[in-house]
Amino acid sequence: MDEKIKAKIMDDKKMKRTFQRLAMEILEQNREAENLVLIGIQTRGVHVARRIQQLVKELENIEIPLGILDITMFRDDLHKHEQQPAVKKTQIDFSIEDRDIILIDDVVFTGRTIRAAMDSIFELGRPASVQLAVFIDRGHREMPISPDFKGKYLPTSRRERVKVMLQEIDGKDQVLIMEPKGF
Amino acid sequence: MKERTFRQDHLLGIEQLSVGDIETILETAEAFIEVSSREVKKVPALKGKTVVNLFFENSTRTRSSFEIAAKRLSADLINFNSSISSLKKGETLKDTVLTLEAMNPHIIVIRHSASGSPHYLTTFARSSIVNAGDGFHEHPTQALLDALTIQQRLKTLRGLKIAIVGDILHSRVARSNILLHHKLGNEIALIGPPSLVPLEFEKMGARVHYDIRRGVKDADVVMMLRVQEERGAKNYFPSIREYRNRFAINREIFALAKKSAILMHPGPINRDVEIETSMADGEHSVILQQVTNGIAVRMAVLYLLKGEIHEALN
Repeated sequence: MDEKIKAKIMDDKKMKRTFQRLAMEILEQNREAENLVLIGIQTRGVHVARRIQQLVKELENIEIPLGILDITMFRDDLHKHEQQPAVKKTQIDFSIEDRDIILIDDVVFTGRTIRAAMDSIFELGRPASVQLAVFIDRGHREMPISPDFKGKYLPTSRRERVKVMLQEIDGKDQVLIMEPKGF
Repeated sequence: MKERTFRQDHLLGIEQLSVGDIETILETAEAFIEVSSREVKKVPALKGKTVVNLFFENSTRTRSSFEIAAKRLSADLINFNSSISSLKKGETLKDTVLTLEAMNPHIIVIRHSASGSPHYLTTFARSSIVNAGDGFHEHPTQALLDALTIQQRLKTLRGLKIAIVGDILHSRVARSNILLHHKLGNEIALIGPPSLVPLEFEKMGARVHYDIRRGVKDADVVMMLRVQEERGAKNYFPSIREYRNRFAINREIFALAKKSAILMHPGPINRDVEIETSMADGEHSVILQQVTNGIAVRMAVLYLLKGEIHEALN
């Protein structure tokens, strides 16, 4: 689908401050930081999680373990696709049993990805708690899911798309709202 | 990240796949390896789908590998055993498949002694057809799991020399591997007695050697094939002893290959016929890794083929 930029919401400076606030809020709400683990959802959630992991290290000198989760196999729309979506790697090299999980994604929208992620996590063990951190909450939830930590609430229309661009993948840090061409 | 495309309705052979298709299957398989390392080895990706294992030839490893793959993806699986089926009562292959299809399966995995039987099924079947070995023709999932194993061990699938030793003539494993490595641009050496390795194979882009030392020299991969006694392989050379003396792999011959070379075998192995026992269990052997990778590759194939090619009956 052809799309064009509708608005630039954040630049790298703003994003940096937001990441710092997210990291601090997570630490503030979780007194036992030693029991925390971060799980990033493929693909951009993983990079968001790495940023938070790095910031926590700078702030408190603790290395929180980080896992990578691919939710493709737990999607609720697998039977609807013309062609099967690509399966990416899941890599969680630690036990999640009795840990406090911070599940991380770049954007929360309908909530279906988070639903799939939770199903996937509970196949791997029984964590003590699961909290959700997202960089952007763009509304339009279809599930009873609400982030515990969010970088920014961004009201959008359904036809728009929120693009969280990150240095690691896109070469620069910025948040854009995209809309289909012709609107 | 770019989304891979895979638009095949069936997996009939390596012949029909593009290099991109092969890469998609291998990447998907790599992602599925993790599932088999979990405590609960199951994901819901194929929940509600039905896979039929339709095996007209004896097979334990391939059949159970497909069975485990289907079950780890939460598909329902039916094993249809030809020896106790209606085929013994005179039913044709077409009628058997039409009967099975009336139960609306999504994927049919077939092994048959007649080359081309999976292709024949696609002319009337509504399910996705997976070739699990047809006669002397192809065994695509074996070549794909071999490729995954090579990629894991050697960290690449390009610029390699692949030596395949043994009964090339009757080997669907060899044929699928030749097709795959030809597509990837690898050098292929085929080694065995002239009766089992006709020069015709050079038309497939391989080089034929009758001297194992020459063929194995500087190889990255040495793939041994089983002497298929049940297919009358012994009629093609004077004696097992002579075959072993000329074409079995041992430490001394394997040393001619590259230092990093790996030794493969699709199994089941005939110890001390085509492969010396100490080699089969040695540090270069990846035979058991091949079996493990078989599950991931078959999971990938079952996942990527959607089944339900045409509208289901009613």
